[in-house]
Amino acid sequence: MATRIPLSRSIAAHTVLIAYTLISLFPVFVIVINSFKSRKAIFAAPLEPPTPTTFDLVGYATVLKQGDFFQYFMNSMIVTCSSLFFVLLFGAMAAFALSEYRFKANTLTGLYLALGIMIPIRLGTVAILQLMVAGGLVNTRTALVLVYTAQGLPLAVFILSEFMKQVSDDLKNAGRIDGLSEYRIFFTLVLPLIRPAMATVAVFSLIPIWNDLWFPLILAPAEEVKTITLGSQIFIGQFVTNWNAVLAALSLAIIPVLVLYLIFSRQLIRGITAGAVK
Amino acid sequence: MAAKSFRWHIPVFLAPAVLVYTAIMIIPLFGTLNLSLYNLDGQNRIFVGLANFKTLFGDPRWSASFWNALGNNAWFFIVHMLVQNPIGVLLAAILSSPRLRMAAFYRTAIFVPAILSFVIVGFVWKLILSPIWGIAPGMLDWVGLKSLYLPWLGKEAYALTTLALVSVWQFVGIPMMLIYAALLNIPQEVLEAAEMDGITGSSQFWKIKLPLILPSIGIISILTFVGNFNAFDLIYVSQGALAGPDFATDILGTFLYRTFFGFQLQLGDPHMGATIATAMFGIILIGVCIYLFAIQTRLRRYQF
Repeated sequence: MATRIPLSRSIAAHTVLIAYTLISLFPVFVIVINSFKSRKAIFAAPLEPPTPTTFDLVGYATVLKQGDFFQYFMNSMIVTCSSLFFVLLFGAMAAFALSEYRFKANTLTGLYLALGIMIPIRLGTVAILQLMVAGGLVNTRTALVLVYTAQGLPLAVFILSEFMKQVSDDLKNAGRIDGLSEYRIFFTLVLPLIRPAMATVAVFSLIPIWNDLWFPLILAPAEEVKTITLGSQIFIGQFVTNWNAVLAALSLAIIPVLVLYLIFSRQLIRGITAGAVK
Repeated sequence: MAAKSFRWHIPVFLAPAVLVYTAIMIIPLFGTLNLSLYNLDGQNRIFVGLANFKTLFGDPRWSASFWNALGNNAWFFIVHMLVQNPIGVLLAAILSSPRLRMAAFYRTAIFVPAILSFVIVGFVWKLILSPIWGIAPGMLDWVGLKSLYLPWLGKEAYALTTLALVSVWQFVGIPMMLIYAALLNIPQEVLEAAEMDGITGSSQFWKIKLPLILPSIGIISILTFVGNFNAFDLIYVSQGALAGPDFATDILGTFLYRTFFGFQLQLGDPHMGATIATAMFGIILIGVCIYLFAIQTRLRRYQF
């Protein structure tokens, strides 16, 4: 099978990766450990993990007294998952049409959709707000899902059609000869093959949606539809000089995303490797 | 060909994406582009043509801020291209080497910053670099370099580069993942054929893998360009709308925000805001056209 890797190369590879992993995780680690310490210990020994004498939950007590983190979290989950579903489904369908068929408006439609990659959707905020007011969608999660679907589609189409061009024509033609409809070819032959690309698109469509502050603030600021990013921004803003509360609020904002990511990353990695090993 | 019946599946595949995208994105955007051609004359909104752009590029009250923001934005982009993308490719190349232990762990860990919001990243780095808390000077002290410490975010000469590096720290996982997926998509037969010919190790990377992943590197470069020229949040969260110290970190996004919504004593100006937005649109359009017509068409694509 694969050639044996010399030991020195493997040590060098691990050194680079460990060094970069430390750089990535260190800031998060510092914030989380300090959120469990008393105010004095935060300043006296910021790099030490909490000990029984310095352990203190005062920051969390302050933060949890206000607001409803669980509700915010559910709102973010619902908005993110629904938007992702529509981005991936509609995006893959359009990418398939653009990469598979020759028709008159092909290049034009492709350029039209690609235009959205470079336009920050925020530029149209005023008109979007008017549209949502007219549709009675202000302070609903539907408004956010619509905006995020529109925002995610161009990039999804762009990336997915790059990958769809690599799916072998022979396979699709074999399907056609066997009498499969174009819809079946798309759903049963092409979609499973581009799963790695879908996983990649999902991960980085998810990030801007989950982390967006702008549209929740403008379109859905009401308590019952507030997302977790907006919720934590308001907390941190309130407690600027209270270091315990700021660190606790930051940790509370970090931990759910981290858990969500750890759950999804296993799926993502399985998707990537399943598609690649043919 | 002409006798062929109309292929209904093509519009069916395209319709959902095109409809949502047109209604929520394109129509509101045209509202903005249209607004940049108008201005207030006392109480009335009048059509002024391109006069707003003349003000933006030529009138000293506006142009100094505009060119400053554009220059800063260009530097922000250069730092990303020189630091973020090479590190991303390097990490992906190491990660994709066969039978690497703990590859899943590294991949997961290195991607963590990219999932955090700007709100978190901005505050976390502000706290860590803060002279009050003292983590950064404390750590430099360990390695005997305490004299190198400066409150980087407060110094005009360093603030922008520091923020660009914070942004690189946050997003390096994205090029890494894209390149990693592209490397895994290279068929084993191609690599085995290369090994038969005695091409292994780093020469295999340069001669076989790199040409095959060039289209992905192209996509990453243009995504970085677009992302950087739309950037706003990180600067806003860590330095505020005034992009201090003394506008040293002002980029087009923060300039647009200040103009559009107003700040301190200055009132918001939707018309000049729309003008800046249109200028940003133009800049990004030029970059993307260069990519699409000059670079992408020259890249070879391989079908496996």
